[in-house]
Amino acid sequence: MSKVPLIIRREYLTRVRKKSFIIMTIVGPLLMGLLFIIPIMLSQVSDKTSKILVLDHTGIYKNKFQQNNNVEFYYDDLNIDSAKKKLKTEEYFSILVIDQQPGTTIPSIVIYHGDAQPSLPVLMGIQNTIQHELETAAGCDEQLLGKIKNNLNVVTRRTGGEETSSGVATGIGYAAGFLIYFFIFLYGAQVMRGVIEEKTNRIVEVIISSVKPFQLMMGKIIGIALVGLTQFVLWIILTSIIFSATTIFFSQKASTKTTQAITVQAKTPSDELGQNSVSADDLSNLDMRSSIIASISSLPLSTITICFVIYFLGGYLLYSALFAAIGSAVDSEADTQQFMLPVTIPLILSMIVSSSIILKPNGPIAFWFSMFPLTSPVTMMIRLPFGGVPIWQIALSISLLILGFLGTTWFASKVYRTGILMYGKKASWRELFRWLKY
Amino acid sequence: MNLVEIQNLSKSYSGHRALDHLDLNIPEGSVFGLLGPNGAGKTTLIRIMNRIIIQDEGRVLWKGSEIVPSHTDLIGYMPEERGLYKKMQIGEQAIYLAQLKGMSRRDAIQKLKFWFRKFELETWWKKKVEDLSKGMQQKIQFIVTIIHGPKLLILDEPFSGFDPINANLVRDEMLELNKNGTTIILSTHRMESVEALCSHIALINKSKKILDGTVREIRNNNKSNIFEISYTGEVDSFRSALPSAYQILESKSEEELTRMRIQFLDHHQPNDLLKLVLPIVQVRSLHEVIPSMEDIFISKVNAVEL
Repeated sequence: MSKVPLIIRREYLTRVRKKSFIIMTIVGPLLMGLLFIIPIMLSQVSDKTSKILVLDHTGIYKNKFQQNNNVEFYYDDLNIDSAKKKLKTEEYFSILVIDQQPGTTIPSIVIYHGDAQPSLPVLMGIQNTIQHELETAAGCDEQLLGKIKNNLNVVTRRTGGEETSSGVATGIGYAAGFLIYFFIFLYGAQVMRGVIEEKTNRIVEVIISSVKPFQLMMGKIIGIALVGLTQFVLWIILTSIIFSATTIFFSQKASTKTTQAITVQAKTPSDELGQNSVSADDLSNLDMRSSIIASISSLPLSTITICFVIYFLGGYLLYSALFAAIGSAVDSEADTQQFMLPVTIPLILSMIVSSSIILKPNGPIAFWFSMFPLTSPVTMMIRLPFGGVPIWQIALSISLLILGFLGTTWFASKVYRTGILMYGKKASWRELFRWLKY
Repeated sequence: MNLVEIQNLSKSYSGHRALDHLDLNIPEGSVFGLLGPNGAGKTTLIRIMNRIIIQDEGRVLWKGSEIVPSHTDLIGYMPEERGLYKKMQIGEQAIYLAQLKGMSRRDAIQKLKFWFRKFELETWWKKKVEDLSKGMQQKIQFIVTIIHGPKLLILDEPFSGFDPINANLVRDEMLELNKNGTTIILSTHRMESVEALCSHIALINKSKKILDGTVREIRNNNKSNIFEISYTGEVDSFRSALPSAYQILESKSEEELTRMRIQFLDHHQPNDLLKLVLPIVQVRSLHEVIPSMEDIFISKVNAVEL
């Protein structure tokens, strides 16, 4: 077995040294950085203010929500139906309804909106304000504080009534699911390409006269997994550098504005109130960004992190074994189509159903998709941030994933060891299954 | 002493039988020619010896005990389909392949430097394979096959694709290794290329062994008492001097000189012929016609098919 590390080392080093790897490492975070910067820029540039009508049936939150350039809050005691009419006339962007829930101090928070959903910072601002109020009221009651953290949730609905998404949970779920999807496709395809390369180079026969085909296959899969992890770690580091750099940049801009405001204020003291509100605006913009981080911490974060690592690696190993088998069965990348499609369908399907899973994170579709090993890595990661997934389901899903991984690896190793020696023959699925017996 | 013994080896691929109860002994220190037409089962046999594929039936013994994966470190194998990583530096690549055969990195580098110098490749250490000429790639392929000092060297179609200069170079190195105790198996369908090199030979056709033994044995066993005589003098009187036990197969005259191939049908010896013809013609030479491996092979294969 001491030869497997050698194989891993080669697979890792040859890829990490490639120019394309270095370019991707630099370009990736820039793209991700843009994803962060553009919304912030847009929110600063946008001169359109969203008007939100607050129907506070608890009576606690009147005038508590902070206004700024982007959001204005109006308070009323209308019933929901007539408020919805006002929404249709587009007087208001959305309606925030806060209702007392029986048996708890935690209110239900629903935002009704038209075609456009309220942006994440707006949702965060609302959630944070309410959480802050509740926590102040709760004082030192640790139990209640915990409950507030876990159960407070902002639900957004289209005026038709259907639930759309709920802020951060959706964001995290999508991000995690998509990362896994992306990783499997990107690096699974690299495994496949690596196998094809060795086969067309004919070097494979030299190597498997020294090591077992299974060792070569696993060495390649693990080596490329490490390449992927390296890339992700570098991306995270670079992205957070870019992110914090932009944060500093924008906060500096905000403070220069404040100084300007003060200078203006010195010139025209009569305008005092107006000037004050300008500086408050910029500061509350910053508040919103930090509030995203605050509400991330309210999620079942440790479960999500641990599960992400498990599903991330499990999903990759499961699929890359299949990709290795496909690579061994063909002579060139152009021939992979007929095998790729059936393998990638479950993966694509799990992205397609993700929108209905977000609506019903614990419904039957979500359940079955998060059990089936070929779809569970993406689906379960979308479910988890919403909470409420029983431990037994997670345990079962992970066990099935491990079983699935062992199964595909067994299948792949059988196909692989025959396929890599089949030069110049185009294999069919039937032939692939016949190879299992060799 | 046999280095490798193959007993009753069979292998089938979905209905097609690649090896059919094959027995073979490969003596230690021999240059063993594994001959046969394409598709006879040579490559399958070699792959089983390298533990690349597993037989359905039968055993492969290494010095009397069942062969295990760790024996592959004692074998050097150059497949018919040559291959190297195109985009990897040749030095790094050679080290990697040597390490896979169980060498330490330091040993590998030291040995490789020696061979690179010997084959005049030192300046290419950091180049990629795709930048090399075909001939250089072949040299490297040979180096990585022998770098770990294998006890058994298996070369599948060793001279195909080599230009004459490199073929000679490889052949000389091979014989040198053999002199120092390495057993060599040469597999080929081009019999003339290995006849002179091999001490032992096995003929395989249609997944079965049809002949094996030392080269001398095989040729002696297959000679058919044919002699070639060349002389100057009267052809007609030469012919009439021979009794019917001497059958003239072929006759060629070039100016003065006549060459004849004569088959001795009884247990006659060359001297008996000489006694008959010495008074009539001037004999220039007389030698036995020993069949080439190719002739033997073709006649054996045809015999099996008939």
